[in-house]
Amino acid sequence: MPETLPADSVGLVTPQQQHFDDPLPLACGKTLPAYDLVYETYGELNAARDNAVLICHALSGHHHAAGYHSADERKPGWWDAHIGPGKTIDTERFFVISLNNLGGCHGSTGPCCVNPDTGRLWGPEFPVMTVGDWVNSQARLADRLGIERFAAVVGGSLGGMQVLQWALAYPERIANAVVIAATPRLTAQNIAFNEVARQAIRSDPDFHDGWYALEGTVPKRGLKLARMVGHITYLSEHSMGAKFGRDLRSDELNFGYDVEFQVESYLRYQGDTFSTAFDANTYLLMTKALDYFDPAAAHQGDLAAALAPATCRFLVVSFSTDWRFAPERSQELVDALVRAGKPVSYAAIDSLYGHDAFLLPDTRYQAVFGGFMKRVARDLGLEGS
Amino acid sequence: MRADLTLIHDWVHDGARVLDLACGDGTLLDALARDKDVFGYGLEIDPDGITACLERGVNVIEQDLDQGLANFDDDAYDLVIMTQALQALRRPDLMLDEMLRIGREAIITFPNFAYWRHRLYLGFKGFMPVSRTLPHAWYDTPNIHLSTFNDFERLCLDKQLVITDRAVGNGAHQSHWSSRLWPNLFGEIAIFRVGRGHARQQS
Repeated sequence: MPETLPADSVGLVTPQQQHFDDPLPLACGKTLPAYDLVYETYGELNAARDNAVLICHALSGHHHAAGYHSADERKPGWWDAHIGPGKTIDTERFFVISLNNLGGCHGSTGPCCVNPDTGRLWGPEFPVMTVGDWVNSQARLADRLGIERFAAVVGGSLGGMQVLQWALAYPERIANAVVIAATPRLTAQNIAFNEVARQAIRSDPDFHDGWYALEGTVPKRGLKLARMVGHITYLSEHSMGAKFGRDLRSDELNFGYDVEFQVESYLRYQGDTFSTAFDANTYLLMTKALDYFDPAAAHQGDLAAALAPATCRFLVVSFSTDWRFAPERSQELVDALVRAGKPVSYAAIDSLYGHDAFLLPDTRYQAVFGGFMKRVARDLGLEGS
Repeated sequence: MRADLTLIHDWVHDGARVLDLACGDGTLLDALARDKDVFGYGLEIDPDGITACLERGVNVIEQDLDQGLANFDDDAYDLVIMTQALQALRRPDLMLDEMLRIGREAIITFPNFAYWRHRLYLGFKGFMPVSRTLPHAWYDTPNIHLSTFNDFERLCLDKQLVITDRAVGNGAHQSHWSSRLWPNLFGEIAIFRVGRGHARQQS
């Protein structure tokens, strides 16, 4: 944390937790008997309880979206660029909720928790979650917090899929949907990359079929590889080239297999850091949730028909160099929303930073997203700076 | 509101489904939604226009008209509007076909190149006209397909389209919608309201 907090920071935040005893039926047929959800909030819930904004996180995300947990924390939450007083999601107007999804490894019930039925860790036996399951659990958290209807549900990437699911599963509970750098379903190429990541993890001898915690090991090599390949898909060719080019770590080629190029060093570092901070079973589960999401499937592939229940206004945003969830995927969603006659706006942002652009500050991105959120606030008559 | 937009506003019926191509800052769609319960979308590529639409609550979709309108279904709209953009498109004639494929009716406005001041500019000065409605130099103008009131009328006739209304206005876009007698000479802005030809309507 910087010595003095910037004026547009939400400041120090403390995660909160809610326990749920009512069993949650899941898409896979199993039921989660009881569970905890960990979350953070920023801003104040107004008297009408209608200024709440839900943030849905992406593959490796969590509840810590903005501010700092302590003065020692080096970096703020993952979406701090867009959440805070006067920022795109203005905490002077909105009450922002950000949670860790079920199956996660940052506090909400997941593979690292104890299964009350067996008395041992859930591990690989934790049920495979779907986007629909997550949204159902998020709706229960909203019930608990006394929020009948969200002013907006917002998310990028896998988070954007949850936003879409909200619009379809709980149309009466969401006034506005912001779907950023997302897709209405994964392509074969997307699934292929996820499968490489899963194979990397599952083939690590330290994985032990997911029981690594009981064996006292961590499948670090697998997680590291999974993250390395994932990370490549988050960046654009340009952003990697601009950052590393063909730069070498030393002055000359050493004709060996140690790290030579800077990009190798970077990827290994990213992989190493991730492999000690993230849970392998969670990673597997999250990639499955991505693969399975396909609201059009129940309508013979007709996405416009699948979108029929939605009543909210949509904002869809894509980034030009995003090749993980390319602008064409957002355009598909927009076309289907238009066909279904839903209120939707679409901005295709020029960016050099690939899929990761949704996390970063950018003048046009902020103007578009912020402009939409301003209108959301105005429609609700919310006071703001 | 600009006078050509005011006129269009009057032509749109209550509850119409409208597509506004090159909708700018969304002024027209916003007014139509408020006054006439119109539902619609605007297409725009200008970032400032898009932001203005979003702040207004106008549905705006970032889409380049030169890439076509294949993503819009046949007969999906009552009315397709295009103000001051036709002349900047690569193929205005194909766009006109597309507008009347998607909508039953189209309203189009464009600068009339045969306006008397433009004629004087070219005829006497010998330079490409620069005016209130055509403010660019020949080398940097986005207007690659300038036409006249008469040209457009002829295109509609060639395509066997039905012209339901036509009007002209001046470049300040204020009043003066009365040059009915010599529109090709005195009209600075041409405004056409066209419908499908009989062949198309029967199909």
